[in-house]
Amino acid sequence: MNPFSSGTRLRDMIRAVRACKTAAEERAVIRKECAAIRAAVSENDQDYRHRNLAKLMFIHMLGYPTHFGQMECLKLIAAAGFPEKRIGYLGLMLLLDERQEVLMLVTNSLKQDLNHSNQYIVGLALCALGNICSAEMARDLAPEVERLLQFRDPNIRKKAALCSIRIIKKVPDLAENFINAAASLLKEKHHGALITGVQLCTDLCRVSEEALEYFRKKCTESMVKLLKEVVNSPYMPEYDIAGIADPFLHIRLLRFLRVLGQGDADASDLMNDILAQVATKSESNKNAGNAILYECVETIMSIEDNSGLRVLAINILGRFLSNRDNNIRYVALNMLMKAITVEGQAVQRHRATILECVKDNDASIRKRALELVYLLVNETNVMPLVKELIEFLEVSDQDFKGDLTAKICSIVEKFSPEKIWYIDQMLKVLSEAGNFVKDEVWHALIVVISNASDLHGYTVRSLYRVFQTSSEQESLVRVAVWCIGEYGEMLVNNVGMLDIEDPITVTGSDAVDIIEIAIKRHSSDLTTRAMCLIALLKLSGRFPSCSQRIREIIVQNKGSFLLELQQRSIEFSSIIEQHQNIRSTLVERMPVLDEATYSGKRAGSLSATGPTSNAASLNLPNGVAKPSAAPLVDLLDLSSDDVPAPSSSGGDFLQDLLGVDLSPAASLSGTGQAPKSGTDVLLDLLSIGSPPAQSSTSTADILSPSQDNTSVSSFQRISSPPSLSAQGSSPAQAAPMMDLLDGFSSSSPVAAEDNGLTYPSIVAFESSSLRINFDFSKAPGNPQTTLIQAKFSNLSPNVYTDFLFQAAVPKFLQLHLDPASGNTLPASVNGSIMQSLRVTNNQHGKKPLVMRIRIAYKVNGKDTLEEGQINNFPPDL
Amino acid sequence: VLSASFIYIAALLRTSLVKMIHFVLLISRQGKVRLTKWYSPYSQKERSKVIRELSGVILARGPKLCNFVEWRGYKVVYKRYASLYFCMCVDQEDNELEVLEMIHHYVEILDRYFGSVCELDLIFNFHKAYYILDELLLAGELQESSKKTVARLIAAQDSLVETAKEQANSISNMIAQATK
Repeated sequence: MNPFSSGTRLRDMIRAVRACKTAAEERAVIRKECAAIRAAVSENDQDYRHRNLAKLMFIHMLGYPTHFGQMECLKLIAAAGFPEKRIGYLGLMLLLDERQEVLMLVTNSLKQDLNHSNQYIVGLALCALGNICSAEMARDLAPEVERLLQFRDPNIRKKAALCSIRIIKKVPDLAENFINAAASLLKEKHHGALITGVQLCTDLCRVSEEALEYFRKKCTESMVKLLKEVVNSPYMPEYDIAGIADPFLHIRLLRFLRVLGQGDADASDLMNDILAQVATKSESNKNAGNAILYECVETIMSIEDNSGLRVLAINILGRFLSNRDNNIRYVALNMLMKAITVEGQAVQRHRATILECVKDNDASIRKRALELVYLLVNETNVMPLVKELIEFLEVSDQDFKGDLTAKICSIVEKFSPEKIWYIDQMLKVLSEAGNFVKDEVWHALIVVISNASDLHGYTVRSLYRVFQTSSEQESLVRVAVWCIGEYGEMLVNNVGMLDIEDPITVTGSDAVDIIEIAIKRHSSDLTTRAMCLIALLKLSGRFPSCSQRIREIIVQNKGSFLLELQQRSIEFSSIIEQHQNIRSTLVERMPVLDEATYSGKRAGSLSATGPTSNAASLNLPNGVAKPSAAPLVDLLDLSSDDVPAPSSSGGDFLQDLLGVDLSPAASLSGTGQAPKSGTDVLLDLLSIGSPPAQSSTSTADILSPSQDNTSVSSFQRISSPPSLSAQGSSPAQAAPMMDLLDGFSSSSPVAAEDNGLTYPSIVAFESSSLRINFDFSKAPGNPQTTLIQAKFSNLSPNVYTDFLFQAAVPKFLQLHLDPASGNTLPASVNGSIMQSLRVTNNQHGKKPLVMRIRIAYKVNGKDTLEEGQINNFPPDL
Repeated sequence: VLSASFIYIAALLRTSLVKMIHFVLLISRQGKVRLTKWYSPYSQKERSKVIRELSGVILARGPKLCNFVEWRGYKVVYKRYASLYFCMCVDQEDNELEVLEMIHHYVEILDRYFGSVCELDLIFNFHKAYYILDELLLAGELQESSKKTVARLIAAQDSLVETAKEQANSISNMIAQATK
């Protein structure tokens, strides 16, 4: 006999585990026990199998792996005695789930046990089958279960009924076989068999139209009668809970009636009286009574209309809502959500109470109440409701602010009666909870502001004021920065003053102060800073007197580690310094953004996200979850629906900013003329928008205005001032632009890389016998991912066969290898094998790529292995 | 994030198809698992994730709050008895108040069986707690509303085990006697 297995009893092992003071001690105890159990398993020990499985179950609950015990369950189940089977089935249900192949092996034992002469063994088998059976097992064993629905002992009938539920859920086709047997269970006197029978019939109706028709016709009346008996039954100590005879049966009957009454006026009529009786007579000072009332209300709301009953039901919910018990209030809110579609007006009456629940200190109740308020909002009550919600936003928990903010924004967008109200409310939300506002929300706000030309001055002044107090809210800062950049002069000159406004005195330098604060904020991210730089450039045109100071601020980012900022900083400062004559044209106000296009695009992305999902970061084509600069692209680019998401580079940004159609930009990635790409950026700056693929041919060509019809039309589409395109593309402007280029020759490779245009190919590996070249490209819109085309060349005079390339990367990288083009490599560079690799760099911008490789092949039948490490990847991949 | 949304969508799909108790958990105040029963398919890995997530949420809740937590498109109804949290995960549409009543029903049966049950009883006799649960719930549905019936069925099965043990003992005694 195994020296270990006779050692500890279950009780001793549990004691030993409980005596452990540290996790390490516990692991040691478990390791020892598991070793003993494994030894017993491999010796096929029978005496202690029972005890070992019990130990394994305990070990399993502690979270340790116990898969090696699975076969032990099967052996115990196959044993003859009840004690072995009892523990065996328990282990089966605990250690296995229905997806494990091992389970198939148990079907035969189950079949035997379902036919066993000992009813408790039949019970064990039914229990296991009901809890873990798969569709295959359901098909195999359905006839046995069906037969057991008529077993002599009701305790087996009830188990068979619930087991049947599992079977018809797994295989709905089998439902019809169970209808007759289920119907006979409805006449049971034994409560266990009765409640499971009612449950089975309810579930049959859910999966089978035929069953529903059958039960509706044959059983509605008898079920109403049964419920009446149960409701009026005298005291039954065995089933009594809080003075009610078997609330579980009440609830199941009410639920069954609901299924029968739904969509059938006659059946609904039959049950009106009893529902009214339950609704008025049930005790409401104990949980059991309230559970019945709750179920009754749901049934009343679901069956065909009877307005009298519904008033009764809504009144019950009103009572629930003012209950002091949080559970009752919670279910009231829950049910009012369902009631709102049938009795909207009645629910509106409780609006004030519901609004109070939004402020409850129980997170579950708040969440329910907020969902409900959201459904209660309409055009007439939106203003007071939003006012209340925003006031609450100021004092609510941090945890709740996200949900609350999302709902307020959604309400404001949906029901806003006028633009000024929309803008006012959004500014309040931004200043209270700007850090919780989703990107698409503030993007939409900017689109609205852009379209409200009579409110530009008002908005920028409001933002200026709000910024003073809420400069820590990221999205508020962004909107403020954008508006000050666009409408800075309206801020200073009090243009478009509304009656409700107090005049303020702001100088150009004050406006620049705001941007300076924003760009220097410690928490500002790339997007905000990039927006600040644009705003500064724009302000330099609006307030020429400040341009020297602006340039100084801009220049501070010249050494930024973020390419985006560095590039902008260098380009913008040279524009300010050297090109006053074109500056004012460059920094014209943005053309009005097209609301319809934006909202259409957004609706598309929202519907894909799902109505209640907070996971707005699903990877949508609209780029909701793209890297930080991408939202800008979304915001500003309204005409690139068919274009793959552009990379977050400065070039694209500027194109967008100035309203150039993005489709040519997409072709950038393929062309890759590194030395010329500096030109692209400048061309974009000047809104020429000619396809950059052409731009790389000759600068002079591009500048001739006759060439690009497409880009002009795209301009007209977004209704930019005609003067812009005319001036931008006129040859007269060509010369300064060439000058501009001079200053940038050094920075152009940087621009090229950032644009995702091109990366130099490398010789990744070279030995006397083998050379590997890597070509790189970037997936558009995904700067982290690099596509590598590997080319293998055989430098030796012998053919290589069974050629296999393997690569390994550190943890911050993810590597995907596509199959190679072949596994035979011809001799003397007389052909090559190609293979694609995809590397995703989670530390993009921080760490360069690195890769270890191994190449295996056969030369004249002899295995050869070469290994190496690649460290010479271009930076910033 | 993406996989989280998939889980969410899968949860929504599952919700629309079935309506039942998906699992039962008993967790101690210290976050130790005392019983887990799964009526819907969860892989072993998912199971430990679920337990970790839920015990974090539930143990953190204050005493006077409601007994329901919304989680991954489901509802978890929980109730604390002394040092133990009894949790049942049900669908959005289920009757939370009834589930509370079921939990109480289970606790009362345990109480009768062990005679004023405490956490230690459930630790050392965890298999008994499972046997009782199996007489109460099956396939994620309530099986029996009578505490007396459950007690009777458990007692009958316990005595079957006792009888088998006695027989085994007497046989081994006889063998021992014979080989003496």
